[in-house]
Amino acid sequence: MNSAKTSAKNSAKNGRVNSRFRVTTATRASTIALALAIPIIVLLIAAPAFASRTLLQELFYVFTMLALAQLWNLLAGSAGLISVGQQAFVGVGAYALFAFTIVAGLDPIIAIVLSGVVAGLVAIPSALIVFRLRGAYFAIGTWVVAEVCRLILAQVKQLGGGTGTSLPPEIVNSIFGLDFVRNLFEVRGPAARDMIAYWLALVLAFATFALVYRLLRSRHGLALSAIGDSEAAAESSGVDVFRTKLFIYVAAAAVTGMIGALIFLQKARISPDAAFSLIDWNAYVIFIVVIGGIGTMEGPIIGVAIFYLLQFYLASLGSWYLIILGGLAILLMLFAPSGVWGVIAHRFDISLFPLRRRLVVGAKNAVKAEE
Amino acid sequence: MLGWIDTIIQGVLLGGLYSLYATGLSVIFGIMRLVNLAHGDLIVLGAFLILALTAAGVPLIAAFAIVLPVMFAVGYVLQAAILNRVLGRNILPPLLITFGLSIIIQNGLLEAFSADTRFLNVGSLQGASLPLGGGIAIGVMPLICLAAAIAVIVILNGLFYRTAVGRAFRATSDDVEIAQLMGINNRKIYALTMAIAVAVCAVAAFFLGARANFDPSIGTARLLYAFEAVIIGGLGSLWGTLAGGIVVGLAQTIGAHIDPEWQILSGHIAFLIVLVLRPRGLFPRATD
Repeated sequence: MNSAKTSAKNSAKNGRVNSRFRVTTATRASTIALALAIPIIVLLIAAPAFASRTLLQELFYVFTMLALAQLWNLLAGSAGLISVGQQAFVGVGAYALFAFTIVAGLDPIIAIVLSGVVAGLVAIPSALIVFRLRGAYFAIGTWVVAEVCRLILAQVKQLGGGTGTSLPPEIVNSIFGLDFVRNLFEVRGPAARDMIAYWLALVLAFATFALVYRLLRSRHGLALSAIGDSEAAAESSGVDVFRTKLFIYVAAAAVTGMIGALIFLQKARISPDAAFSLIDWNAYVIFIVVIGGIGTMEGPIIGVAIFYLLQFYLASLGSWYLIILGGLAILLMLFAPSGVWGVIAHRFDISLFPLRRRLVVGAKNAVKAEE
Repeated sequence: MLGWIDTIIQGVLLGGLYSLYATGLSVIFGIMRLVNLAHGDLIVLGAFLILALTAAGVPLIAAFAIVLPVMFAVGYVLQAAILNRVLGRNILPPLLITFGLSIIIQNGLLEAFSADTRFLNVGSLQGASLPLGGGIAIGVMPLICLAAAIAVIVILNGLFYRTAVGRAFRATSDDVEIAQLMGINNRKIYALTMAIAVAVCAVAAFFLGARANFDPSIGTARLLYAFEAVIIGGLGSLWGTLAGGIVVGLAQTIGAHIDPEWQILSGHIAFLIVLVLRPRGLFPRATD
């Protein structure tokens, strides 16, 4: 502490105030993590060449859940916007995909992007309404919005009404690049479709991760965590609280909508209850985030791994599986609210994808870099 | 025209039931600023407890008289043993704990009682009605339900505004730190608050089962109706909550009168409209 003070004095005298201080988010672990991430990503891109079809389908599920978890984590973990209504945007995106492909006849991949736009557009008026509610009331408000979306789409007879509808095979088979993949790996249509869906999920999961990571490390991320800590204090420090919250809510909704569209393109069958399922698209997602560690980039990754294992071994228990998940969530909140990664990070002071800014005093590299 | 008058009467009566759903939630909101996501499932749990006792041969009213204190105890233990551990500024833990509880109750009931729809047999009162003339009749059970909703509010307001413990409740609601300085044990007040709220769930459970069918999955929808009634009425006022319940009930029956598929949607949309026009509700009292 003392040395920091004197060095500050010295550097002020020399007129080089900044040269001995550096604000950084990087740690040694984070540099290693980034280096390790590259071969893992290459391996995942190449996976369809050697992985079984079942494994690709499982990974598809893991990637889509991971992306949904990162987005929920962005809302709840940093901005304090705890939503139990994200299934609204999964459902709207999924229904938009069916509308764009069945009614408008667009290519499914273009339809996924447009479905994200639709979900984002739906999020704007929803945000203007639910932002009038705070904290826990906001949570239930988002749930009401999701119910409204479900009930309205259940009225649309062209998309199957309350019972739902299926994607016709000619649409499923029209997906961009299908013939190329079929010839490349010499597989049949359904297997090639799974590969394309897998790559799309990989791209979406990776892009979501990168976007959230970049955003949280930018000054907007700083504004977000300020809002999460105290809206009044953030506002008085010059953060435009409403615009920041609106932007983050709409952006998360748009990406959530794209993921929803992709999930139901892969399922090729939709119904209001499946597309707007609170358990599938929000309860599981919340579970993944909190068991992994809310407010961190690592948390959802660990959380989705734990969730996948639990699902793999326990899902056959039916309602007991859900009772176990509910019980685990309660125990977690009571005894380790920062989640598995929170405990590890605290114990070993480690951060692979650091979001916190640290002040490095007298760092040689910084001096060198600026001289 | 007659159809519309009938619709409005039915809507007000339905509002009585929704007010019963909402009163417990309103009390918890008012005193603890807490949202119990398991509220609807606790109501359904109460209905199944009454059902199980009647199935074992206990008369319906006696079954209700047993379940009422049981639910009071459930609420007390829930708050004292679990939720009091996560008091504080961070709203995520209590929200997720009650969310987990909601999933546990729902699936526990599913395991114990299957997904079949049930109802409570109220004997000759089932379907009994009072003719009002002109072809309009009022169901006796819905009328008793509305009366019960009003009675519950009168009793709770009496408790909050005319007793010493009620003063402690209001003090805790106004400013928990000052209340503690005055020697009030806020954790005990919170436990009593939850106990009262869950006991009101038992009353709501009785009328849920007596008026309509129920199954383990319907709790979440009841939570949303209750929440909407509380917000429409304005936080901190139990009479406002009754009014909010009636607004939701009216919106649903009017919607259903136009097209049966619009019933639930109309209730939600009425809520969103109120939220846009009067974000603090129709009769706001508390400033939170």
